Formats: sequence, C-alpha cells, structure tokens
Amino acid sequence: MQRRSFVLKLVSLLAALGGSAAAGLRAAASSVTRYGMGIQVDKCIGCGRCVEACKEENGVPPDPFYFRTWVERYTIKKDDVIVQNIDPRITPHQEPVTEGDVLRSFFVPKLCNQCDSPPCVQVCPVGATFKTPEGIVLVDEKRCIGCRYCIQACPYGARYLHPVRMTADKCTFCYHRVTKGLLPACVEVCPTQARIFGDLASNASPLTRFRRMNKLHVLKPHMNTEPKVFYSELDGEVR
Amino acid sequence: MTNPFRKLPDALARVLFVFLLLATVLLTVRFILPPAVKDSSIHVKSTIEREMARPVHYAGSAPCADCHEEYNLKKAGYHRNLSCETCHGPAKNHAENPTETKPTAPRKRDFCTLCHQYDPSRPTGFPQINPVAHNPLKPCISCHNPHDPKPPTPPEECAACHAEIARTKAVSPHVQLACTTCHVVPDQHKISPRDVAASKPAEREFCGKCHSKGSAVVGQPKVDMATHGEKYLCWQCHYPHMPEVK
Repeated sequence: MQRRSFVLKLVSLLAALGGSAAAGLRAAASSVTRYGMGIQVDKCIGCGRCVEACKEENGVPPDPFYFRTWVERYTIKKDDVIVQNIDPRITPHQEPVTEGDVLRSFFVPKLCNQCDSPPCVQVCPVGATFKTPEGIVLVDEKRCIGCRYCIQACPYGARYLHPVRMTADKCTFCYHRVTKGLLPACVEVCPTQARIFGDLASNASPLTRFRRMNKLHVLKPHMNTEPKVFYSELDGEVR
Repeated sequence: MTNPFRKLPDALARVLFVFLLLATVLLTVRFILPPAVKDSSIHVKSTIEREMARPVHYAGSAPCADCHEEYNLKKAGYHRNLSCETCHGPAKNHAENPTETKPTAPRKRDFCTLCHQYDPSRPTGFPQINPVAHNPLKPCISCHNPHDPKPPTPPEECAACHAEIARTKAVSPHVQLACTTCHVVPDQHKISPRDVAASKPAEREFCGKCHSKGSAVVGQPKVDMATHGEKYLCWQCHYPHMPEVK
C-alpha cells in the first residue's frame, strides 16, 4: 500500500512538472517574433524597385555587383537555362533572350534566406555573425575580419565583401526598420506585392495567409538550411 | 643560489608547476581579459544596438496620407497597392521636415517603362506597352494620371471584359487583326457571356488562309499544311495572342 501511494504521488508530481514546463514552452514560443518573407514569383515584374530601394536604405555600394537583394531573369530553353541579373545599371543592359527555343521566362527576386540553421554562422572563425532572437542573421562589422569564409559557405550567394569596410555584408531584413514596426524597404516599394513580410509565429498576418493559401517551396531544401524566405509558384529550374 | 624546488620531491614539484600554470590561466581569464572577449552576448547586444540605430530613409505610406490629397485618389485606383515611395523615392526627411526637402517626382517616359515596357518575362496580362509604337516621345503623364491610371478612353467591346488578352494581343504580331476576324461573336454573348460563347477557329484551313504555303497574303510565316501539325488545330500549339507566337 505504501509503495503504491508513493508511485501514484511520483506520477502526479511528474505530470504536474511536465504540464507546467510545456505551458512555459508554449508561452515562450508564442511570444517570440520570428520574421520571415514570402515571395510570389508570378507577381514579380522585374522592375528592380526593390534593388534600388535596398541600396538606398542600407547604403549598399552602387556598383552592379554588390547586392543585398537582387532579381534574376530565368529564361528556360528546350536544352538550356539562362540566368541574368536584371539590374538596370549593368552595361550592356541585359536584354531578354528571345532567339532560340524559349519555353518560358520569369523573374525571381532573391535575398538572404535568414536560414534557421545558417551555414555562414557555423563557419565564422571569430563568431562575428550570429542569429538574433527574432531569427535574423546579422554581421558584427567590428568583429568581422573579412576572411570571406561565410561568403563561400552561403549556398544562396547572399553575402558580399563590403569594398570600403572590407567586412562581410548581407541583408538584415532591414533590422532597423522592422524593429520600429516598418516594413523592409524592398517590401515597402514593391509595386505588385510580390514580396510579403511578417511574423511567422503570428496567427493572423498577410504572411500567415500567404503560407496558408499557397503551395510553398524554399530554395535548395536539400541543404537543410531551413530558409525563412518562402516562394510560391517557383519553377523547378530555379537554383 | 638554491632552487626552492630542489628541496621538494621531484613529483610534487611537477604537480605544483602544473597547478600554478592552471591558476595563472584561470585568473587571467577571470580578472584580466576584458568581458567582451569572453562573453559573446556582449558583442551580440552591441551589434543589435548598432543595427537598430541605422538611419531610416523610407518613411512608409502612413505619413503621406496626413497631408496629401492624392493619397485618397490613389487609394481607389489601379495603383492603390503602390507605396508612394515606389515612384517618389525615399521621403523620410520630407516627412519629418516637409518644407525643407522635397521628394522627387518622375515626369519622364523612361520611369514608367521600368514597369510598363513590354518584357516577355513579365506575368501575362500585366499592363504593358511597346514604347516605340505607343505615342513615342510623349510623356506618359500627359494622358495618364499616375495617381489614378486609366486608359484615356475606357476599354470598349471585347477589351472591356477580356482586358488581359487585349493587352497581350496589343504587343503581338496579330495586333492589327480585330477580334472578330478569328472569333464569331453572337450578339447574345454580350448579354449572357457564359451561356453563349464566342467561337474559336475550328479548322486548320482558317489559319491557313494567311499561313499556308501558296497563300496569297504576303509576309506572314508560312507552313506546309499537308505535313505540318497533323491532327491538331493551329491554336492548340501556337497561342495567337502571345507576342512570342511561334
């Protein structure tokens, strides 16, 4: 009888502990903001407003090979895939490919995927790049030694070496804007709402609706980077 | 000079040496190294603060509505989802200091064409023009109000409902053909469009009037109707409204 009551008490104690721990975890999970982005490929018209706005907002060098976000034109031919960066400052201007057997053609906006398990953070030898509590990957420009390991490690080519500071630079989801309740500059200026920004943890937001209503894909899922940029209507040829 | 370690047994001296070394390292880490070297949360915090302090250039649309009447006009038109700053540029300074700095207002043709010039990669049906053929040298704003963009004349006939097709056809090789050249449209179609449909060419010979070898019409791409396409109708492979019709 004594053993039986001991076991019962033990079980109830464990249950109570487990319950409160689970409730605590749930409360913590719902209160943490996790920023993410949705991109509707079928809405992108390739006007490049996002690229311009990003450079303006974040002081990205104007040269046509430094980008925090960029737009690619995919031209799928019967036996070939052509990818062009459509920045209007590139000379000679990247005209659409029309000769040959073009099957389909479309634009794909790209930026840092703010991976949940970011390879760039793993490889940094000095711990200069890290993930904030909101899940945004930032670079400490005071600590970065400019070794370029992270630029090599990023499967999406989202990082570049800032030519003046000589440190790694990348998209921050406009951290200084989103923490003030504003939208990232690229989302703000997109004329067709091809980009949708919001809190992945929220129950009702344009981003949550986008994730509910569309069949989604992320770039390079086989890399297990767990990106937080989600694409709808993404073509299988997009890398 | 006598070595104090000499008096100790050899094994004890070695242990003492290792202990002193460990103690030095620990004390150095504990008291001498600056905290920023040891604790990554300190530089994480400073980086977050530095990032948050960066200047904002794009103010967002909310402040514009307070002063500008155009905002209400835009709200109902086709440009309703455009942010003011998409065309007018970053305006944070203007929002804080309206009289001193003014945002830009693009007036030239080449700004509108960033979005509205025909490009085969753009989504089908997005309003596009061929800038060479569409009133060349005339600024867009002389006919279209960018805050409430509309065609200068409302679309009539087919384009009123089939605007996407009309826009695509407008930049295609078939632009000169009226819809009724290929489609037979019963009057009833305009009254109950879903019950009475307009026709599509039902015979290969219809397209062959222009496109078969030996047809009298000059300049069109020609095919040998006897060997090309077998049992299919022409439009099952070639979409005649598309600019890239091949």
